[in-house]
Amino acid sequence: MATYSFRLNGRAVTADSWDPEQPLLYVLRGAFALHGTKFGCGLGQCGACTVLMNGNAVRSCMTPIARTAGRSITTIEGLGSPDALHRVQAAFVAAQAAQCGYCTSGMIMAVTALLAKSAKPSRDEARQALAGNLCRCGTHTRILRAVASLGA
Amino acid sequence: MPAVISRRDLLKSGGALVVSFTVGGWPRTACAQGPTADVLRRAGKPLDASQVDSFLAIHADGTVTVYTGKADVGTGLRIAVAQMAAEELGVRPERVTVIDGDTGVCPDQGGTGGSTGLTRGGAEVRQAAATARQALLSLAATRLNRPAADLVIADGDVRPRAGGAGVGIGALVGDRQLSLAVDPKAALKTQESFTAIGKPAPRPDVPAKCSGRHGYVHDLVLPGMLHARVVRPAAIGATLASVDESSIRAIPDVRVVRLSNFLAVVSKDEWAAVRAARELKATWSPAATLPSSSDGLESWTRSAAVDREQDVVNRGDAARAIGGAAKTFAATYFWPYQSHASLGPSCAVADIKGDGGTVWSSSQGTHGLRTNLCKVFGLAPERLRVVFLDGSGSYGTNGGDHAAADAVLLSKTLGQPVRVQWTRQDETGWDPKGPHQLLDMRAGLASTEPDARIVGWHAEMFLSTNAPGARALLAADAAGLSQDHGQGAGQITQNGDPPYQADNVRVQVHWLKETPLQLSNLRAPGKIANVFAVESLTDEIATAIGADPVAFRTSRLIDRRALDVIARAASAFGWQPRPSPNRQPRSGGLSGADLAGQGFAYVRYKQAENYVAMAMDVTVNPASGRITVRRVVCAHDCGLVVNPDALKNQIEGCIVQTLSRTLHEQVTFDRSRVTSVDWASYPILRFPDAPQVEVMLIDRPEQPLLGAGEAATAPVAAALANAVFDATGARLRTVPLTPERVKAALASVRATN
Repeated sequence: MATYSFRLNGRAVTADSWDPEQPLLYVLRGAFALHGTKFGCGLGQCGACTVLMNGNAVRSCMTPIARTAGRSITTIEGLGSPDALHRVQAAFVAAQAAQCGYCTSGMIMAVTALLAKSAKPSRDEARQALAGNLCRCGTHTRILRAVASLGA
Repeated sequence: MPAVISRRDLLKSGGALVVSFTVGGWPRTACAQGPTADVLRRAGKPLDASQVDSFLAIHADGTVTVYTGKADVGTGLRIAVAQMAAEELGVRPERVTVIDGDTGVCPDQGGTGGSTGLTRGGAEVRQAAATARQALLSLAATRLNRPAADLVIADGDVRPRAGGAGVGIGALVGDRQLSLAVDPKAALKTQESFTAIGKPAPRPDVPAKCSGRHGYVHDLVLPGMLHARVVRPAAIGATLASVDESSIRAIPDVRVVRLSNFLAVVSKDEWAAVRAARELKATWSPAATLPSSSDGLESWTRSAAVDREQDVVNRGDAARAIGGAAKTFAATYFWPYQSHASLGPSCAVADIKGDGGTVWSSSQGTHGLRTNLCKVFGLAPERLRVVFLDGSGSYGTNGGDHAAADAVLLSKTLGQPVRVQWTRQDETGWDPKGPHQLLDMRAGLASTEPDARIVGWHAEMFLSTNAPGARALLAADAAGLSQDHGQGAGQITQNGDPPYQADNVRVQVHWLKETPLQLSNLRAPGKIANVFAVESLTDEIATAIGADPVAFRTSRLIDRRALDVIARAASAFGWQPRPSPNRQPRSGGLSGADLAGQGFAYVRYKQAENYVAMAMDVTVNPASGRITVRRVVCAHDCGLVVNPDALKNQIEGCIVQTLSRTLHEQVTFDRSRVTSVDWASYPILRFPDAPQVEVMLIDRPEQPLLGAGEAATAPVAAALANAVFDATGARLRTVPLTPERVKAALASVRATN
C-alpha cells in the first residue's frame, strides 16, 4: 500500500492504493466519494471521466494514481455547486444542455480546458475540441449553443 | 381522513441511509428508499391506480409529491409530469416533486416505452390531480362557507373568484390522504386558463447534472456493499470448463463466485474487482451457436425458416394492382442490428434478504422487472422492491435489466448488498439489440403523369420473431435457472404503409423462427427502418415522374395537420421545388468536389400519432464517399405541448441520435459472439459531425397530447438518403450509409450512365 499526495479541488489530499496503476477515476469515486466523474468505457474512448490535471483535460480512467503525485486535480464538483455554478456550468444550465446527463461532467471539464486556451472558440474549434467526448442522447446542438454563449 | 407521513418525516426516516450516499442533489427517489417505503406502507399509502392518493400527496406546507410508475430516463418526464399535476392543482410546478419508478410507492403504469410516459403516465397523474382539485374546492367551500362554484385555485390557495381571503391547499389537506377514487370525469383545465402547461419550465435535474451532484444508480453506496464484475463467456452459449483462481492471487480481498456458467468476482474495493475480472483465467468450451454472422445476415434473413406469416395491412389487392400498373417499382432496404450503446454501461445494486429486499435499477419498467426477477429467482413480489434511479440514457431496454438480475443473483448468493457495474464491452456486446430488418418494397403507378395515382403498394418485411414477455435474463441462463421468456422488440411493423393516397396496400410480415442476437425495444422500434423504406421509395416514385418530392407528397395528402408540418418544414428550410436528383449539385460555398443535395421525409408516427416533417441539407464527397449533414429542419406536431423547451431537447436528440444510427452504426458478430464491443468497433456520431438543427413546434393546445420521445427519429434516415440521392443520383438502401457504400453506389450510377 502506497500513499499519494496531490491537490484535489484546491485542497491538499492523500490517497492510499495497493496498485500504482489504479486509475484516478476509482480513487475519486471511491475514496473521495466524488461521483460526478463518470465511468464510461475505461478505455479513454468516450470522455465521460474527464477531469483537469494542472488545467489540462485528462481521462481519469487512463490516469494511474501514481501519475497524480504532486499535481493538481479539478473535478466537476470543484468547479461549482448547484447554488454557485461556475460560468461553464451556468452556460450549460441556461442552454438546458443535458438529457440523461451522463456525459455532462466530462463535457463541462473539456469546455473549461478549451476556454483556458481559447477565450472565444469558434463553432468549429468547439466541435474539434469536443471530438473525443461522446454524447449518446444527441445533445450536441445545445452543448455547442452553451459554448457559443461563453465566447460571446 | 387517515394521517399519512409528512415529507419531513419521509426524509427523516430515510436519513440514516441518505447520509451515506453522497452530498446534496440526490433525487428524492433515493431518499425514499429502504425504511421510507415501510413508513409509507404502514401509513397506508395506496398503490392502486384507481386511487388519487396513489398518485399524489398534498403536504401541510402546500408542496405536492407526485408518484408515477413511469421513469424519467433523461427525457424530462419529471418536469412535464410536474407541470401537468401543477396545472390541475393550481400550484407552481416548482412546488411539485416527482417520484418515479419506485415499486414501493408508485402505482404500476406500465413500462416507460413507446412514448407513453405522458400519454399514460402523465395523463393518469393529471386525472388524479383534477379529482383532487374538485375535492380541494369542496373542502374550501365548507371552510370558507361559500359555494364551490365561486372559488378558484391559484398559486396554492383556494380563493373566492371575486377576491377576498382564501385558504392554502396545504392547510386544507395537510399530509392527510384524500381517500378518493380517481374520477375519470373530473374536468381538466383547458388552454385558456393554463398557467403551467405550455411553459418552457427548466428541468430541475439539469443544475445537479451540470455540477456533478445528480445521483445515478452508479453512485449508490450501501453499508457493507460489495463491488462485482461479471466475467462473460468467450462465446454466446459457451459453458465454463474451469477457473484458475490462482491467476488473481496477487489482487487483495477478491472473491470468485461461480454458479454453473455464471462467473463473477466481488470485492469491497472496486478497482480490485475490475482487475480481477480482467485477469481471472477462465476456460470456456468453444461455441458457435449463432445461425448467421453479420456479414451474411441479409442472405440468411431471406432464406431463414419462417415461424408464421402476418398481414399487418391488407386493403384491396396490391399484387394484382402492381401487376397491372403502368409503371412499377421494386427495391430492397436493409437495416442492421443496432445497440442502445448507452454512454454509461449499466449498473444495479441489490440487497436481497431471504425472499425479498431492494433492487436499485435504471430499468425503464421497474414493476415488470420486479415480476420477472421474482419469477426467475424465487422471490416474493410483496417483499421485493425495485427502485428506479437514473442511469445513462437507455432509449429502450438496454443492459439495465440484465445488470439487475446479475446483482440479485450475487446478493442472494452472498447475503450482502452487491453493486454490479457492467463494462463497456458488456454493454455494447451484451445489451439486447434493436432488431435487423429486411424490406422488399414494391409499388405501381397508374400512369407516368405528374398526378399519377399510386395503384398498388406492397411492403414485405422479414423480421425476427417478436414474442411478448420479458427477455431471458443472462444471469439466470448462465446459472442454469429455468425461465419462460419472450423476445419483445416492440411494435416493429408499424409505418410500412404509405401515409399517402394509395388504392391497394399490403404490408406483409414473414416472422422468422430464429434471431442470431437477443432482441429488445430500441427507440422508435422498427419505425425508423420502415419509414426509411417507405419515404425512400416515395422519392424514387417522385423521381420517376419528374415531380418535386414535397409537391408529390402534398398532392397525395388531405390531412390538414400533415400538410401544415410539411409546409412549415419546407418553408423554414428554404426548400427548392424541383425534381430530384439535383442537376447542379455543386452549389456555392462548397469546397473541392463536394456535391450538395436537399432531402425530405414525412411521417405520421404509428399512422396515428405525431406529424413530423424533416428537410436536410447534405453534401457528399465523391472521392472519399463521406457524407456531411450540414443542416436539419424539423416541423413537429404532437398536439398539446406541455413543455416546449424540454420537447425541443428531445426532438433535437432524436435527430442527432438517428443520424448517428444511419451513418455509423451496425452491430457486427461472428458465429460465436458480438465483435462490436466498444466505441472503436461500434462508432457513433461525434461533435465534428454535429449538424445545425432547427426545430419548429406546432402547438395544438386544443388537441390531446401525444408522446414525443421518439417520433422525430422516424423520418431521419429517409431524409438523409433522399438528400444523398439528390446530391449524387445514387440511391442508398442499406444502413449504415458508410463511405464504402456511398462510393459503391456512385460507381454503379456511373456504370449505368
